[in-house]
Amino acid sequence: MPKDKSILGAGLDRRRFLQVAGASLAAPALATLPAGVARADDVVNLTFWAWTPGTQDVVNMFEKKYPNIKVNLQNVGQGAPHYVKLRDAIKAGTGLPDVAQMEFNSIPSFKALKALADMGTSGANDVKDKFVDWTWKAASDGDKVYGIPWDSGPMGLLYRKDVFDDNKLTVPETWDEFADAALQLAKNKPGTFLTDFGAADAGWIAAVLWQKGWRPFHVDGTNIHIQLNDPIAKEWAGYWQKLIDAKAVDTAPVWTTEWFAGLDSGKYASWITAAWGPTLMTSSMKASVGKWRAAPMPQYKKGDKIDSNWGGSNFSAFTTSPHLKEATLFATFMGGDPDAGKFWNTKEFLFPVQKALIEDKELMGTKYDFYGGQAVNEVFAAAENQVDVGFEFAPFQDYVNTQIQDELAASIGGKGTLADAFDRVQDTVVSYANDQGYTVV
Amino acid sequence: MADIAATGSAVAKRRRRRIIVNKRVAPYVFLAPFIILFVVFLIVPLLYAFDLSVYKSTLVGGTRFVWFDNYKRAFTDANFWSGIVLLIKFSLMQIPVMLGLSLLFALILDSGTVYAKSFFRVSFFIPYAVPAVIATLLWGYMYGPAYGPFAQLATAIGWPKPDFFNDQTILPSIANIATWEYMGYNMIIYYAALQAIPTDLEEASLMDGAGAFTYALRIKLPMIVPTIIVTIIFSIIGSLQLFSEPYLLINLARNVINSHFTPNLYAYTLAFTGQQYNYSAAISFVLGGVVAVISYVFMLFANRGVSQ
Repeated sequence: MPKDKSILGAGLDRRRFLQVAGASLAAPALATLPAGVARADDVVNLTFWAWTPGTQDVVNMFEKKYPNIKVNLQNVGQGAPHYVKLRDAIKAGTGLPDVAQMEFNSIPSFKALKALADMGTSGANDVKDKFVDWTWKAASDGDKVYGIPWDSGPMGLLYRKDVFDDNKLTVPETWDEFADAALQLAKNKPGTFLTDFGAADAGWIAAVLWQKGWRPFHVDGTNIHIQLNDPIAKEWAGYWQKLIDAKAVDTAPVWTTEWFAGLDSGKYASWITAAWGPTLMTSSMKASVGKWRAAPMPQYKKGDKIDSNWGGSNFSAFTTSPHLKEATLFATFMGGDPDAGKFWNTKEFLFPVQKALIEDKELMGTKYDFYGGQAVNEVFAAAENQVDVGFEFAPFQDYVNTQIQDELAASIGGKGTLADAFDRVQDTVVSYANDQGYTVV
Repeated sequence: MADIAATGSAVAKRRRRRIIVNKRVAPYVFLAPFIILFVVFLIVPLLYAFDLSVYKSTLVGGTRFVWFDNYKRAFTDANFWSGIVLLIKFSLMQIPVMLGLSLLFALILDSGTVYAKSFFRVSFFIPYAVPAVIATLLWGYMYGPAYGPFAQLATAIGWPKPDFFNDQTILPSIANIATWEYMGYNMIIYYAALQAIPTDLEEASLMDGAGAFTYALRIKLPMIVPTIIVTIIFSIIGSLQLFSEPYLLINLARNVINSHFTPNLYAYTLAFTGQQYNYSAAISFVLGGVVAVISYVFMLFANRGVSQ
């Protein structure tokens, strides 16, 4: 039995020491509060880490409704840097916020670190029925609630109507049609691409492979099944390799200033992305407002209606929070309040996870200026219902993402094909899982 | 007499009362601020990192003592050694250029024929005052194909846009940033060393018929060789620890910069993405060892050369 290392000696785990110390300091204070929630004259301060634009406005809504809870919102980075800071704080035993943005693909990782608080004990299950089933299930484990769903990312095809019209392209309904359109566009107008292949974003890769049926991970206790380089992945790799070799798609890194400029200028005629795509586009892309449209994601077989999810976040609380009740209250408001939900959708393009909002015909029929007046929610609502939810993320998804990004980018840089990259990723991930103590089955 | 003696002893008493600290203890009191900071911010973290490196913490199974397994693994880790090879290439490319330029500018500034000497000294030194992170972000923008000035200039005169982020150009692009940052610093060091050369040497060499150029090359340069050796060692140590530039440029150049591009970046990724803190600590120590070995080998050659 491995001995627990401690710098305090006597087998006392440092993190547990801090937790006990914290609890023993908080206990006298909590003992005087009725029902565990702060009284009107006791101001509770919560720290909340999130990067989604517009969050402050909804935080203000919450503070207005609950004036004795003050929330300090901090943006500590978008995506990976945010999780690095969370892990640093977990390792150090101190510095964690009360609540943080937690994407669906990160919940297994932070659950494995035993950092996520079970909000079910503070009454989170009361709001369970407000949410779309698969989103609630993806963030909870029976009665244990590890995240209140915030938004989801049903995938679709965003395209530039003006570029399509100029080049006489029709909206592709299947991936074969997509490839033909890409080749045609590259031939007629070199320098303009149907899309940019985002090897640098493992989240995107997972989402598009998810639609094809890729299910690389399954965890059962400490057993883990890993199959990243199955025929589904290889076929998908072959499809995109063909387009890359024919220079029908660009391979520039995504999420850079240049890439946003490319989307804005029409260099990239389309973007296969989730409903929240425009959230990050509107602040930097002024020239193309009104020229975008949304269509369903291309299918592998004509007539199929299979969709996938990219991203989507939750509000998760941490076990180190001294105000779990208030944190839960905050999380359930931010995710479950109908006005908050409407704000997220109408002002920030986040696709709702509240059943009531998806059934709200008026909200779903909102016409967006960015999309030239199209009621895109209808496209994404249909997609939301087609998400096949059997996709599991790894309990070390960040490591997997780095390997995928390294290897696919290396292949694009000339080290073999994309299919070879998947083989390399399989090897490194399996050896990592073994190294971390999992039994790879 | 008695008055003088009285005043004398009164002064002596006053002086004695002013001695706050015993003469023997005084040096340590003066050293204390440095020693405390040195121990707290260098020795303690080193000990902590070494402690980390002899354990292994896994997601499943907790933490256990593993002797030097992490080090054994580091010695056979292709990701680590490919980073070292890359940095050796980088050093061979960057150090001669940077130190050569520093030397050139120091000699020019020292030659006495330059107007506004202080202006040039300060302006060459300013890039050193810019933090590495800011410098890299700045140059990252400048290298950019959409908004960068080089790309815009190229388009304006009809040339193809320069690609700063492909296989062949990535090392020179990073070397350019490092040169820009540290050339001024090294120049100041050389300039200071040149100031120590007595001016009558210049007059003597003039009388012997040496021109300014010969004087600089044949007399001044050999006299500051020890300083040059020191700056080369500092540069080697610095280059082998390259981190900020690849870390900040990775998103712009994902196809050529990977998560183990340099050993320090590898150590960072291991710790903060892979949660392999123990192995990361071992990698850091092995890197320290490599830097020490290379610096020592260089010093051996250099001193042998100098003594000859």
